[in-house]
Amino acid sequence: MSSTKAIEAVGLVKRYGEKVALGGVDLEVPRGSVCGLLGPNGAGKTTAVRVLATLTEPDGGEARVAGADIRTDPVAVRRSIGLAAQDATVDGLLTGRENLVMIGELHHLGRRRARSRADELLERFSLVDAADRLAKDYSGGMRRRLDLAATLVAEPQILFLDEPTTGLDPRARNELWAVLDQLVADGATILLTTQYLEEADRLADEIVVIDHGRVIARGDARSLKREIGGDQLHVVCADADDLARVAAMAERIAGAPAKTDVTARSVTAPTDGGAAAVAALASELSRGGIEVEDLGLRQPTLDDVFLTLTGAPAEPAADEALEEAA
Amino acid sequence: MSAGRTVGAGRATSLGDAWVIARRGLLHMRRHPEALADATIQPIMFVLLFAYVFGGAIEVPGGGSYREFLMGGIFAQTIVFSAFGVAIGLAYDRTNGAIDRFRSLPIARGSVLAGHALANLIKSLLPIVLMSLAGLVIGWRVHSGVLDVLAGYGLMVAFSLAVIWIGVLLGSLVGTPEGVQGVAFVVIFPVTFVASTFVPTSSLPGALRTFAEWNPVTALAGALRNIFDNPGGVPPADGPWPLAHPVAYTLIWAVAIVLVCAPVAVRLYQRAIAS
Repeated sequence: MSSTKAIEAVGLVKRYGEKVALGGVDLEVPRGSVCGLLGPNGAGKTTAVRVLATLTEPDGGEARVAGADIRTDPVAVRRSIGLAAQDATVDGLLTGRENLVMIGELHHLGRRRARSRADELLERFSLVDAADRLAKDYSGGMRRRLDLAATLVAEPQILFLDEPTTGLDPRARNELWAVLDQLVADGATILLTTQYLEEADRLADEIVVIDHGRVIARGDARSLKREIGGDQLHVVCADADDLARVAAMAERIAGAPAKTDVTARSVTAPTDGGAAAVAALASELSRGGIEVEDLGLRQPTLDDVFLTLTGAPAEPAADEALEEAA
Repeated sequence: MSAGRTVGAGRATSLGDAWVIARRGLLHMRRHPEALADATIQPIMFVLLFAYVFGGAIEVPGGGSYREFLMGGIFAQTIVFSAFGVAIGLAYDRTNGAIDRFRSLPIARGSVLAGHALANLIKSLLPIVLMSLAGLVIGWRVHSGVLDVLAGYGLMVAFSLAVIWIGVLLGSLVGTPEGVQGVAFVVIFPVTFVASTFVPTSSLPGALRTFAEWNPVTALAGALRNIFDNPGGVPPADGPWPLAHPVAYTLIWAVAIVLVCAPVAVRLYQRAIAS
């Protein structure tokens, strides 16, 4: 296997009793790139991360992480990775600083180095003021930042981030994205899971869509969006009486049939014209004297993706709780 | 299932890693007011309550002060209760994801368990020291020699080490801190009371008396009374074997608990965290 790959997995299988959590997943993540594992709850994202991070053994298939075999050399894998699990696993009864020092000591950095590393990370994640408060009193965003800081203590080459922004408010999410941007700029390899196409698009070089433990699509955001329909012109009218006229304008500009939603007073039409299409529609709307509440490009949602790829909306698997708990 | 290989490799445990995790356990106790009260106020309160509330009503066979009789029993109960500390600590780690964090670190297999065990041993020594002081205040004395003092406290430490495995077993079988507390109340609470902890076994009726006579808690309490030369510490000549040989019976239990529980507990624990 080639050393330019940070993560290589072939045919990973994991079963929990009758349920197949991973049904033969292949994955290749080049060094220094970001791979986004996209799928609904229960699709197998968390299981994939747990297997690759050596928390659980696969029932079939092979994988190398940072060049080390996850089955035969898990300790070498653990030396190279940082894992941020789905629920921020910071210790609430320890302060932020104590959390980081403890992780550093468990990475065998030595007491002094563990302390200075903790200081660096507290600084970098804007947690200096809260450093000596118990982590249980942190806000959701602060916990996530501390969790991510804990993940980075030993400067891992490869980061596993399981739904890093789930449960965060938009501001905290944007802050976290900025932090991840910086990590990527510094050359980290990241495998992240998400339920949001927007997030995968924003952060990932390659998106792997998984459903029921199988990869159903992969590619960069652009090619994937082409496959699933791409951006949509999206207009919300102030007055429902304008809907028909707006739909006609949108169709003309997008060159594709528009959908009208009367209750939402909205019109959507698929386009690959980007900002230019929005500008064209905006000027037509203003010429027509039509008042709008919202106008812009809308990304397809996870539901749109799944509707296109599987013909069914993204439904959480019925036994999702079982898998996530396991 | 071959989870063992994923869980660890290399050294079986590392003292350094275990100590880091033990320090965390001790910080948890300091920061958790209920746990701190359990370890400090409760043992002292038990000594005072039983000494002053029940003390007048219970007669020690063979005579002697109830307050002195009480101490062996209350030491035994506290040591058995310390199993919960381990179980609750392990369950807490599992419910809040800490165990996944630890397992993604390059630390030796077994360090987490060893750290919990170490923290718990230290935690269970604190109440023993406080109870000893409270006992001295209310009139308890060791009437035997210095070596016997060492032997008595050594027996307490040995039994504490043994019950840690019961705690690991419990923590692996019951996944949540609340569940552990439930089991504690329904199982271990009665076991520590249907014994010679607070009353002589001769005062118990029929089946309860037989249970108490073979109960290791009775044996530990009796062994301590015997070693410290406290009232109730003279083994009855005509009683069942455990009553007649409290020290030997206590040691047999300690060894048996380790031999039976430790392998099963470690297996169950590894399986519980690896799924």
